[in-house]
Amino acid sequence: MSDLTRKTAVELSELMAGGEASSVEITQAHLDRIAAVDTSVHAFLHVDAEGALAQAADVDTRRAAGERLGPLAGVPLALKDVLTQDGVPTTAGSKILEGWKPPYDSTVVKRLKAAGIVILGKTNMDEFAMGSSTENSAYGTTHNPWDLGRIPGGSGGGSSAAISAYEAPLAIGTDTGGSIRQPAAFTGTVGVKPTYGGTSRYGLIALASSLDTPGPCARTTLDAALLHEVIAGYDPMDSTSIDQAVPPVVEAARRGDVSGLRIGVVRELGGEGYQPGVEARFREAVELLTKLGAEVVEVSCPHFQYALPAYYLILPSEASSNLAKFDAMRFGLRVGDDGNNDAEKVMSLTREAGFGDEVKRRIMLGTHALSSGYYDAYYGQAQKVRTLIARDFARAYEQVDVLVSPATPTTAFAIGDRIDDPIAMYKNDLCTIPSNLAGNAAASFPCGLADEDGLPVGFHVMAPVMRDELLYQVGSALETALTEQWGGVLMSKVPELEVTR
Amino acid sequence: MTVVADVLDLDAALEQFDPVMGLEVHVELNTKSKMFCGCPTEFGAPPNTQTCPVCLGLPGALPVVNVRAVESAIKIGLALNCEIAEWCRFARKNYFYPDMPKNFQTSQYDEPIAFNGWTEVVVDGETYRIEIERAHMEEDTGKSTHVGGATGRIHGASHSLVDYNRAGIPLIEIVTKTIEVPPAKAAAVARAYVSMLRDLLLALDVSDVRMDQGSLRCDANLSLKPRGSSVLGTRTETKNVNSFRSVERAITYEITRQAAVLVAGGKILQETRHWHEDTGITTSGREKSDADDYRYFPEPDLVPVAPSREWVEEIRATLPEAPPVRRARLQTEWGFTDLEMRDVINGGALELILRTVDLGVGAAAAKKWWLGELARAANESGKELGDLGVGPAEVFEVQKLVDSNALNDKLARQVFDGLVKGEGTVAAIIESRGLALVSDDSALSEAVDRAIAANPDVVEKVQSGKPAAAGALIGAVMKDMRGQADAAKVRELVNTKLGI
Repeated sequence: MSDLTRKTAVELSELMAGGEASSVEITQAHLDRIAAVDTSVHAFLHVDAEGALAQAADVDTRRAAGERLGPLAGVPLALKDVLTQDGVPTTAGSKILEGWKPPYDSTVVKRLKAAGIVILGKTNMDEFAMGSSTENSAYGTTHNPWDLGRIPGGSGGGSSAAISAYEAPLAIGTDTGGSIRQPAAFTGTVGVKPTYGGTSRYGLIALASSLDTPGPCARTTLDAALLHEVIAGYDPMDSTSIDQAVPPVVEAARRGDVSGLRIGVVRELGGEGYQPGVEARFREAVELLTKLGAEVVEVSCPHFQYALPAYYLILPSEASSNLAKFDAMRFGLRVGDDGNNDAEKVMSLTREAGFGDEVKRRIMLGTHALSSGYYDAYYGQAQKVRTLIARDFARAYEQVDVLVSPATPTTAFAIGDRIDDPIAMYKNDLCTIPSNLAGNAAASFPCGLADEDGLPVGFHVMAPVMRDELLYQVGSALETALTEQWGGVLMSKVPELEVTR
Repeated sequence: MTVVADVLDLDAALEQFDPVMGLEVHVELNTKSKMFCGCPTEFGAPPNTQTCPVCLGLPGALPVVNVRAVESAIKIGLALNCEIAEWCRFARKNYFYPDMPKNFQTSQYDEPIAFNGWTEVVVDGETYRIEIERAHMEEDTGKSTHVGGATGRIHGASHSLVDYNRAGIPLIEIVTKTIEVPPAKAAAVARAYVSMLRDLLLALDVSDVRMDQGSLRCDANLSLKPRGSSVLGTRTETKNVNSFRSVERAITYEITRQAAVLVAGGKILQETRHWHEDTGITTSGREKSDADDYRYFPEPDLVPVAPSREWVEEIRATLPEAPPVRRARLQTEWGFTDLEMRDVINGGALELILRTVDLGVGAAAAKKWWLGELARAANESGKELGDLGVGPAEVFEVQKLVDSNALNDKLARQVFDGLVKGEGTVAAIIESRGLALVSDDSALSEAVDRAIAANPDVVEKVQSGKPAAAGALIGAVMKDMRGQADAAKVRELVNTKLGI
């Protein structure tokens, strides 16, 4: 058996179906890989070897008994540490939740388990998903497998690093302003932010309720689509969940045909501030799609320029309220409970010690933005901008089926480069944020390596609400054409990591 | 305990000032599950046994609106003649408190489900109109118990226990506009309003309205305006007013207290005040200032509530008749005079009498018990009539025994006394107190014989044509039987034995 960790989820599924490998073997291979490389990558905060092997054994037993299993049954997965899993430590990258074991499964985890997907462990992230590099994690930075001196993106850098380091073929991320797509771009993997409401937020530790969206991460478009299909769909436990059929994402990923598809290049997402290597790969990808029969036009979304400031009012406002529950009373860290301090003091000491700087910064920003006398100027105004951005999208979708842009203005930057400059850090998400504000579906697909640094570039596709299949249609077409051009998937170019024994 | 503040005589206070009053009533709905999760709402379960990730505010949990609670809110709104919003949202009211799991309360803010209504109450035969500002939905908090202090309050406590069973119970807050009534009637109108609300909520079957369990709680806002002035005074918000009687007393107290402060040249502080049932006074709570900032914003975890007009009309069609119409109908059905009906309403006995009559007791008998023996017991114990431990079922049971001559009125009163004192069921009390009428004919017959033998002069009178004199013999028998005999039966026996 060649290295099981190099296989896609689809290939692993075929191996299991053909009796050539068991889920336990596959799971063990990935646990071994984690043991070998994660000291240098640091993608995982918690590895649940025992739980994963038990789940794998269960799938093997059921398969042996002739039970009909889903296409991803027995395939291992890395779970972003922001989703609850019954009895498994969940920290959201924060000290304030250190040691907390949730008593319930998030809906995403329930669906993963029901599909027989094996959960290897919990992946690193910026604290409460606030960040674009994992440098805001309270448990250390994750390293980008393409260059260990660089960040893997964030907040879901742990998930993207895990799949690009071959520690898992699949991962779950959550995307509030780009936390699935930007890490996917930085690690040469596929990351999809489904339509807001297309995947359930129940059990997702909230950053910004009106923006958070769980989604799939994988090394190929089809793997991502299969995972998308598992986790998506209406959930009565989430009021903002959309009660409609899941878009036909797997079919679209298999078809991968863009002939006649109308593609709009967003004029505002490019130019100044964009790395030449990023723009070059992006333009080539657009040309490739044209050759494949797509009709490409340029469209303007004039209000996108206000997306970043609006986002940084809405997000902190909601976050300041969402994070109020971390008060030492019912779960998590408790500081100063020595019999001399009253409850209010204990709350205050705990939050002082348990939250990191970026979290405190956003709580303060949000508290201010919601204060009486400021609400209209900040939160109210930002909501109006949000409406204008949604209108930009609606107008654009009258002309085209999907919109495209680079996923990020630059490739992965060096660890420590932007940590002291929040604005520079925030600008990472210029291209990804508009889709969160409008609730659209969007994804990043690998489209090559930038000439100047040899690092992956992400191709960003945006589709209307509940038209997620269009993302896969474009991503799959691009993937097929590029793989042909390169003579293999982009991921095959990732450097071999030094294996520690 | 705080020193009792000086108060002015009520008449003196009302000579100089007009009270300006508004009431906020919180009603716990009787839905089976909580406002935003599926947890049961039963009262009295062991602490923290009716909780889940949602109502404990655990990370990741999300609320889902209880449709039954929305329906109840619409019912209440319609019954108070409110407009029902076509589209409204929940908001988050942000503040930190240990018994609030999320450290924000999910409530409605500037988009209530019901608004612009009115209702009427009757006090001393006069009808007063009360304007309703709004009725909105929200969730209850957990319940804190402060341990170790002398007073059970947080001050001086060594630690506090929180029971989250109550967290997330659906609440409707009903807010009046300024209630404008003759100053002397203010307190009585407030009481009548809360009492009317209770009757209404019971009739709508949306709440158990157990004031002793806190399922109806009243906050009274009050300020004084110098007579003839148009300048509003500073208001206080008196909390924890949890019985009809307290509503009246607390408002009266606040009028007299504020008047005393103002007359002495002092200033009223804008503050929350706590009502103390035992001492009959209010004490200063938290000072409120305009700096209180709850940072309300629309709850992003919920979608807007948009009740269709069809649904609202369906609900309207199920509403019971309006209270004034209903009162008039019942008065006719029961054959009560205006005065009697007023006593019934002022005594808070309307629903109790109705339910008793529904069980098959005559209206006059039902009124006799509820406004007589039971009202007296309620008054003595300072409880509400409905909270005595005696319900329509018990009244029915006792009256049935009276009707079948197993009890007489005097014995029945003793049964009620036993019920109020918690001595058990009707049957158990009759047994333990030995209250059954003697129906054993031979025992009665012997007693009659003894009375005849002991009173030859009376027998003589009766037999010489003065049948009224037999009353003395009957009295003697009743005394002999310690009252536990059916007087009519005794008369019959005496008459037979004396041949008249």
